[in-house]
Amino acid sequence: MLAFVISRILQAIPVMLAVALISFAMFAYVGDPVSIMLGQDFTEAQRTQLIHDLGLDQSFLMQFATFIGNAVQGNFGLSYRLSRPVAELIAERAPATLELAFCAAALAMLIGVPMGVYTGLYRNSWLSRAFLTFSLVGVSLPTFLIGILLILIFSVWLGWLPSFGRGEVVQLGWWSTGFLTWSGIKALILPSVTLGMFQLTLIMRLVRAEMLEVLRTDYIKFARARGLGNRAVHFGHALKNTLVPVITIAGLQLGGIIAFAIVTETVFQWPGMGLLFIQSVSAADIPVMAAYLMLIALIFVTINLVVDLLYYLVDPRLRIGRGAAGGH
Amino acid sequence: MMQVQDRPLGRGPGPILEVRDLRVEFPTRRGVLTALDGVSFDIAPGEVLGVVGESGAGKSMTGAAIIGLLEPPGRIAGGEIRLNGRRIDNLPYEPMRRIRGREIGAIFQDPLTTLNPLYTVGRQLIETMQTHLDLSDREARQRAIGWLEMVGIPAAAQRVDSYPHEFSGGMRQRVVIALALCAEPKLIVADEPTTALDVSIQAQIIALLKRLAREKGTAMMLVTHDMGVIAETADRVAVMYAGRVAEIGPVRDVVKAPKHPYTDGLMASIPPLDRKVHHLAGIEGAMPRLSAIPRGCAFNPRCPHVFDRCRVERPELLDTGTTRAACWLYDPASEKQAPELFRHA
Ligand SMILES: Nc1ncnc2c1ncn2[C@@H]1O[C@H](COP(=O)(O)OP(=O)(O)OP(=O)(O)O)[C@@H](O)[C@H]1O
Ligand code: SF4
Ligand SMILES: [Mg+2]
Repeated sequence: MLAFVISRILQAIPVMLAVALISFAMFAYVGDPVSIMLGQDFTEAQRTQLIHDLGLDQSFLMQFATFIGNAVQGNFGLSYRLSRPVAELIAERAPATLELAFCAAALAMLIGVPMGVYTGLYRNSWLSRAFLTFSLVGVSLPTFLIGILLILIFSVWLGWLPSFGRGEVVQLGWWSTGFLTWSGIKALILPSVTLGMFQLTLIMRLVRAEMLEVLRTDYIKFARARGLGNRAVHFGHALKNTLVPVITIAGLQLGGIIAFAIVTETVFQWPGMGLLFIQSVSAADIPVMAAYLMLIALIFVTINLVVDLLYYLVDPRLRIGRGAAGGH
Repeated sequence: MMQVQDRPLGRGPGPILEVRDLRVEFPTRRGVLTALDGVSFDIAPGEVLGVVGESGAGKSMTGAAIIGLLEPPGRIAGGEIRLNGRRIDNLPYEPMRRIRGREIGAIFQDPLTTLNPLYTVGRQLIETMQTHLDLSDREARQRAIGWLEMVGIPAAAQRVDSYPHEFSGGMRQRVVIALALCAEPKLIVADEPTTALDVSIQAQIIALLKRLAREKGTAMMLVTHDMGVIAETADRVAVMYAGRVAEIGPVRDVVKAPKHPYTDGLMASIPPLDRKVHHLAGIEGAMPRLSAIPRGCAFNPRCPHVFDRCRVERPELLDTGTTRAACWLYDPASEKQAPELFRHA
């Protein structure tokens, strides 16, 4: 188990280094931080001093090493645009994005899995057909359009839910949460639905396909032949086997949810990391962009690790030592 | 009130299983296919009925109809299946479910795919027993270990917590046998229980099945391609062809002195080991597809003894003296009578 975790972490290191290199390359080759930070009036001495302070007079490798060293400590320097430490900016915005992503993912799983199971078990019922049609819409409509439609219906026409922002948030230490106020919860609904819709329909279709596949297997037929009831067969034997591949996809989707929150956050002016990223892009605020990229990469890598661990827990075939694995 | 008995008295206990004129249909886009047509046979308590026939003859279909697990859209379109005299072919889902595993056990062909990979063998045994028998968790676990011992799994007390992938193919089939027997059914439907196994293990598994069936007094419908297994294990044999029973009778008679021309060809072409029979010695052609079963006797295009009547009228099972065969040669009223040439002894 421990060896498994360590090997996965080692595998993740090259990925993180590659992303770091890309982030760093942005620093080195995109824009000119010195002129951005100096503004209009400066002396040559100030300029040289700044170049030295920023470490720009060192070799590429040295600079990269310094960058990694800083990054590991969460130090990405100052934002060009806001002149505040990048880490602080991101820490401020992260709770908004993470809460949104959590709600979207929960929505996608809690609704997508049961819908997938239902449509797999009752293939021909009218409700299954309705779900499938609905999922087609969810998959084919672009996220921003879903967001705008939801705003139009629930904010503009019905006036039930806010169309932008997080509502009132409560500060718990450095974490700001929208879960503790009514307006915070109401503000979460539309963005979560928008962000989770694609994943929901995807998970539903995936679970359905897997369920159909599993129901055809011999061990399901044998479970029936042993006289097990529908409940035990469907939810005991079939669902668990269905979940093995679903875990992988759902895990990757969770990473996707955080990364693609950019669009939803823009539509709903949601004060999260995605919105920060978009604002940074338009201002060529390289340090923020670099930090965001690395953070997203880190999240993906972490989720992959968790998914592998879940796999390991669900599927006993992965649990035995390599020697016995080939032995049949 | 007096008990009503629907069979003649004085013949000992009635058959455990009676299949009468069973007809199974598959509605398809191009019309209804008849997969089984007029299949009839009995199995007495404790008896082993071997079922043989070429690939596609309807052997598995018969087994599936008996345990009530025909794959949709397949359905029983006629006839009756009786278990201990009680009709089971028209039972609703729930009472039929209670029969599966409890009164009729099933053994499938491929032990590598019949066990759920995510649950320990113990859990699968326990859940089966607790579905049908009133057992506490501890009792069920004790019995699970007992069953594993009974089917010859070494160190059963430890192996009970192993997952299927930790067993070899032969060991897995032993587990499957334990699963089929653990609620103590009086009838087992075993569909090619050794076909997927190593040749070296097949004999052991058959011996195990035979021994357990004898010890528990379990009757068995044993589908196999292996005539050796039939000769050694079965009391009677049913030979199937194109969804019908061609011949049925005591194993010695059917194997040594077949009466139906198809059985004759089948016995003459017994392959050295158990490989499936795909063509028959001295008999041209192949078994017809379900959509093209000829009129009259289904075997008539391939039969070396065919005569006019065979192409028009369908033969019922007729008494041949030793066995019963669906062949007009055994109707005294036919213009042609059975030659004395079906002898291989
Ligand atoms: N779902 C289905 N729809 C239509 N026909 C089917 C279906 N399943 C099976 N059949 C047909 O029913 C017939 C009987 O099949 P069955 O599986 O009982 O044969 P079998 O005697 O067990 O053969 P084998 O020795 O290959 O196992 C075959 O002709 C097969 O093609
Ligand atoms: S009925 Fe006719 S065709 Fe059929 S097996 Fe007998 S002789 Fe051959
Ligand atoms: Mg078969």
